[in-house]
Amino acid sequence: MKRIVELTINGEPRDMTVETCCSLLDALRDDVGLTGTKKGCDVGDCGACTVIVDGQPVNACLMLAVEAEGCTVETVEGLQPGVDTLHPLQDAFMRHGASQCGFCTPGILMMAKKLLDDNPRPTDEDIRFGLSGNICRCTGYTKIFDAIKSAALEMEAARS
Amino acid sequence: MRRFDYHGAETLEQASRLLTDLGDDTFLFNGGTDLLVEIRERLRRVRNVVDIKGIPGLSDITYDETRGLTFGALVTVGRLERLALVRERYPNLRDALASLGSIQVRNRATVVGNVCRASPSADTIPPLIADGAFIHIYSRTNMRVVPLAEFFTGPGKTVLAKGEIVTGITVPPAGDNSGKAYIKHGRRKAMELSTVGVAVSLSMDDGVCSDIRIALGAVGATVLRAPAAEAILRGTRLDAATVKSAADKAMEECTPISNVRASADYRRDMVGVLTGRAITQALEASA
Ligand SMILES: Cc1cc2nc3c(=O)[nH]c(=O)nc-3n(C[C@@H](O)[C@@H](O)[C@H](O)COP(=O)(O)OP(=O)(O)OC[C@H]3O[C@@H](n4cnc5c(N)ncnc54)[C@H](O)[C@@H]3O)c2cc1C
Ligand code: FES
Ligand code: FES
Repeated sequence: MKRIVELTINGEPRDMTVETCCSLLDALRDDVGLTGTKKGCDVGDCGACTVIVDGQPVNACLMLAVEAEGCTVETVEGLQPGVDTLHPLQDAFMRHGASQCGFCTPGILMMAKKLLDDNPRPTDEDIRFGLSGNICRCTGYTKIFDAIKSAALEMEAARS
Repeated sequence: MRRFDYHGAETLEQASRLLTDLGDDTFLFNGGTDLLVEIRERLRRVRNVVDIKGIPGLSDITYDETRGLTFGALVTVGRLERLALVRERYPNLRDALASLGSIQVRNRATVVGNVCRASPSADTIPPLIADGAFIHIYSRTNMRVVPLAEFFTGPGKTVLAKGEIVTGITVPPAGDNSGKAYIKHGRRKAMELSTVGVAVSLSMDDGVCSDIRIALGAVGATVLRAPAAEAILRGTRLDAATVKSAADKAMEECTPISNVRASADYRRDMVGVLTGRAITQALEASA
């Protein structure tokens, strides 16, 4: 059974034609062509598929595409404020070497964005708690935490 | 992934009819965090899912001093976890909610789904049982209300008949001088299922324990009460020796199995340690 789902992705109204058993993750990657969002496990364990739906981070693998009808979805492709500019988090991840193979990075960036939007000055504990659903097999997390802290400072400076 | 059909219900009656009429392998679909994983890992054969998220009236959260807290079937773990009311009045439930999966999972998973999946290790069940919660059940012929402690009949099994739908849960208010605790024990702090979970809710009256409920998770076919341990504690001042003998009794009352997460012996030992600790923590909170 196929269905047309209308939603907003990264600020643009879109529609996707999907099988009703298709996950939001597969729909984003295969139907919409937004392959930034990754599939690490397909069962909610790794966080590589994290996207923000109606303001809340969720695992795109644990949501059906049909459930996104009428929703606002933000993916890593929407993080850049403009064509040639990076989000402070993206910039800090590059400078700190917070990405190695990069597979976890899109999910971690979306989770970190939500964290800093809600809590501009997170403690180390806040960052650990915020990222506890995101697994990174390469970096050992230290550089990721450094990058998030540095982005937080820059975003704060840019606001004042 | 295995293919299945999706049906969005708009009323309880329609959902209930779909659940009975579409035949075997038809399941109610809520947050989907258990169901989708079970489909992908081929643990459950599913031909149809009936989504209840479009049914109005199942998302409410209300509180009043006599009835307590009532939340609908669609209320997510994350939404309840973020409520100040839950943090202040139901700290045991709040600890269980905050320990379930990740932020992303909690934004989809519902509390009612966690209860209906009826896993012995489900984190929200022990504090809800210790608090004396009730579950509201819709069927096409009548509505019934069942004490949560009587809802489970085995691992993954409940008293629900085909076509019955849980509409919400009510948790009575905490009395004066009450104290609560939930301790989850696992191998690591985050993204971990309980190896053992112990919830204690008690009331103190002039230094004497007037009521207490102990609920033990992941050490039996369902979450268990520990009635003999509770009886040892009721009417006492909860001094260290009494707490110790109740904790020993709880070890006798539980019926753990060995699996990948821990051996039965280890689980039983941990019931002893954590029951004592949870009673002490609840007692301190009551002061
Ligand atoms: C990565 C990950 C980590 C997790 N960690 C934990 C953890 O630490 N602790 C823990 O306890 N759980 C954990 N879980 C499981 C937890 O997410 C689920 O138990 C969840 O709460 C189920 O709710 P749901 O709304 O997603 O249910 P669904 O998957 O939609 O449904 C679950 C079951 O309940 C039935 N059901 C749902 N709602 C109703 C209703 N209203 N009436 C009748 N039947 C109903 C469904 O038919 C189905 O059989 C984890 C899951 C994942 C994916
Ligand atoms: S792919 Fe969704 S959590 Fe791993
Ligand atoms: S950079 Fe490889 S998994 Fe995180």
